[in-house]
Amino acid sequence: MTERELRDLIAAVKVGEVSRRTLLRGMAAVGLSAPFANLLLLQAGVAQAADKFDYKPTKAGGGGPLKTLYWQAPTLLNPHFAIGTKDQEGSRIFYEPLAGWDNDGNLVPILAAEIPETENGGISQDSTVVTWKLKKDVQWHDGKPFTADDVVFNWEYAADPATAATTIGSYKDIKVEKVDTHTVRIRFPKPTPFWADAFVGQRGMIVPKHLFENYKGGASRDAPANLKPVGTGPYKFVDFKPGDLVTGERNPNYHLPNRPYFDTIEMKGGGDAVSAARAVIQTGEYDYAWNMQVEDEILVRLEDNGKARGRAEIFSSGNIEHIEINNTDPWTEVDGERASAKTKHPLFSDPAVRQALALLVDRDSIEKHIYGRTGIATGNFVNNPPKFVSKNTRWEFNIEKANQLLEQAGWKRGSDGIRAKDGKQLKLVYQTSINAPRQKTQAIVKQACQKAGIDVELKSVTSSVYFSSDVANPDTYSKFYTDIQMFTTTMGEPDPTQFMRQFLSSEIASKENKWQGRNITRWRNEEYDKAYTAAEGELDPVKRAALFIKMNDLVVGEPNVIPVMYRPRVSAISQKLKTHLSGWDNDLWDVRNWYRET
Amino acid sequence: MSRYLLRRLLIVVPSLLGISVVLFTVLALAPGDPFGELATNPNVPPEVGAALRAKFGLDDPVWLRYLHWLIAMLHGDWGFSFVSRMDVDRLILQRLPATLLVIGSSQVLALLVALPVGVLAATRPYSLFDQVANTFAFIGFSLPTFFTGILFILVFSIYLDWLPFVFRADLAATGWRWYWEMFRQSIMPVAVLGLFQGASWTRYVRSAVLDVIRLDYVTTARAKGIAERAVITKHVVRNALIPVVTLVALQMPAVFGGAIITEQIFRVPGIGSLLISSILANDTPVIMAVTFVFACLVILFNLIADILYGWLDPRISYR
Repeated sequence: MTERELRDLIAAVKVGEVSRRTLLRGMAAVGLSAPFANLLLLQAGVAQAADKFDYKPTKAGGGGPLKTLYWQAPTLLNPHFAIGTKDQEGSRIFYEPLAGWDNDGNLVPILAAEIPETENGGISQDSTVVTWKLKKDVQWHDGKPFTADDVVFNWEYAADPATAATTIGSYKDIKVEKVDTHTVRIRFPKPTPFWADAFVGQRGMIVPKHLFENYKGGASRDAPANLKPVGTGPYKFVDFKPGDLVTGERNPNYHLPNRPYFDTIEMKGGGDAVSAARAVIQTGEYDYAWNMQVEDEILVRLEDNGKARGRAEIFSSGNIEHIEINNTDPWTEVDGERASAKTKHPLFSDPAVRQALALLVDRDSIEKHIYGRTGIATGNFVNNPPKFVSKNTRWEFNIEKANQLLEQAGWKRGSDGIRAKDGKQLKLVYQTSINAPRQKTQAIVKQACQKAGIDVELKSVTSSVYFSSDVANPDTYSKFYTDIQMFTTTMGEPDPTQFMRQFLSSEIASKENKWQGRNITRWRNEEYDKAYTAAEGELDPVKRAALFIKMNDLVVGEPNVIPVMYRPRVSAISQKLKTHLSGWDNDLWDVRNWYRET
Repeated sequence: MSRYLLRRLLIVVPSLLGISVVLFTVLALAPGDPFGELATNPNVPPEVGAALRAKFGLDDPVWLRYLHWLIAMLHGDWGFSFVSRMDVDRLILQRLPATLLVIGSSQVLALLVALPVGVLAATRPYSLFDQVANTFAFIGFSLPTFFTGILFILVFSIYLDWLPFVFRADLAATGWRWYWEMFRQSIMPVAVLGLFQGASWTRYVRSAVLDVIRLDYVTTARAKGIAERAVITKHVVRNALIPVVTLVALQMPAVFGGAIITEQIFRVPGIGSLLISSILANDTPVIMAVTFVFACLVILFNLIADILYGWLDPRISYR
């Protein structure tokens, strides 16, 4: 589909000749993801029809308890302090953002009266000003009204570095002003094509001004409401035991009629993922279990039983398990720093070695034997939303071709079967975190490499060390003191702007920035940097998507990273529970609409 | 006696200081960072982690952090959890009831099994009862709790569907129903821990009683015509209990410390699971507080055991 055709199609949707659904389907066929296509329509000024969730109960309450199991329990309930997803999930029961993301990447209004669009004047022509209209008659759990002041306050609160909010990234560069009691305006410093970040989704939950006003900045940790949330959500706070249990009861004044269905909600933490799956699928003790990081084989065995009381629900997201190639030399110290950006990797400076390595990853076997339904073999780094997914890439597993490539490039087998060139042997150290599927993947790759004359030494590091930012520890993933490494990285929102930062030359991890730079592979590519800068300011959604696709192709083409598995999210759900899950938001983003079929 | 007590208490002070120094240094040197998870999140700028580290004083040198901790501790301030942003003492108090209930009743169960079985087995050595008790005791302490725990879950929760396997501290029920539910959900964790402990104690009680039962004074007692029952309870068990008391007393701190693995399997919100999650999250103030409480309890119960000796065996004097 050319740009021209696309524009015609959007115009057709505008005047009603073509339905939105047809357009979305057509776009998906040409590889544009639904969220992208939707944002495209939004910017083109086409009203957004959020996917309708079929909510059957005719009155609020009466649903009994909703029991959820989180093998990682929330440890705090202030969304602005959330350290991991678990804390956001706990907060999401009580707090709400202006809008959430559904699984197709549509914005769904929650505390907003409507989603800003160009057409309704919500988005300025140059995408620097976004105006949110707030829902009226929304009350905090303590009866105080929810107004624009609360929204403005959340920006002040989170943007203040002294508050040390983990959401600061979404708020520090914007200006928020109150227009009237139920309208706020966000001003961006530059044209921002992806504006739906502040006050939206996981980092957009809004806390009440009247309870946090005196605890802005340095005193933030002393706010009593940090542990006793008062929000606008469908459930009111009852009790919180950090690391163990969060309980809530139905909010009788909830701002949507007939909701919520359940009388109480419980979020129990601790234990492990497998037994959580058991408690939902096998014994039915619980209704819902979050983040089933369980091998698919086990899930299938639990489900494959006439008496199974639940099932695994698999829904798409933006997670990618990938192998990173080190562009610097991890074995030489320069200015007191290993893997310094001033060095070049002795083996990977030959593109043939990189390409051969990409041919040696047997994604099919990894998908079939390790990940099952919970992983999809892919050759792309960006796999969702569809509009950003490149159609130009392929992947194959071909030991012979890898051998040929290496042979042609002058890597000759030695007497020990290991290839060498100019006295440098093809020996690699391959590191990852300790996690059964990862160790199995390592073994599969190692085996294939052996056949191609590459000697691979496997290394696995405990997750708590590997993923830490401990400057003193040489085994963290950001130091990357090995030749290749593998882990999953997450795209949190249905737009790759933040996600693709990790390959910018300006983001290279080094001793100077305490290895906090996001570019762990220390890759330098001018073309990529240029494309990224262009995408940041590009307002035309089609051109913008093309730029991101180009970036993806650059990253996997060289290859700088070898994508392995695109990993959807998995939850365990009781047979009767009706949920509405999204890979772009918290599991509980739409808990207000959950109900149990009788 | 009081001079003895005073002396013992005075020794406690330097030992606690020493313990706290060691604990703090080990924790400071251990890898990991409480805000590590933030670093892997592409949406959180690195400055946030740095600001949090500065806010909680993590960038200060180790000795300074230790001094801060010590001074706060002397004022009765147990510290502030990095991860939960609340006072550590509240966090621990929240976990205490479930810990005491589950671990405490498992210790009681262990004693109820070990004492009668051990004594009975020793009075009839190599009888059928002794053989059977011995075999079960061996099996009992050879099987680790993580194995029996999962086995129990498979049998009683999944196969038979009798008992719940997720332990909940706040049950939604009231009155009798509450007790019943509490009982039902406690059976498995208590049995797993109690039987494991009971098995090893049985062996211990048996050998302690066997040691005593062959002594001359027992023969004398029997020769005097005292009933066998009285000989066993008054003359044998009382003396045999001395080593058992040491063992049990030293086990008591574990009651407060919880049983990490069993708590994890059954999701019991005890101090053990608090400790393990704090260690995983590098929440130093909580780890410090829990391990320190633990150290205090070990010292305290050592003292109690020593005092109990005197009561059981008046020949022991304190000087």
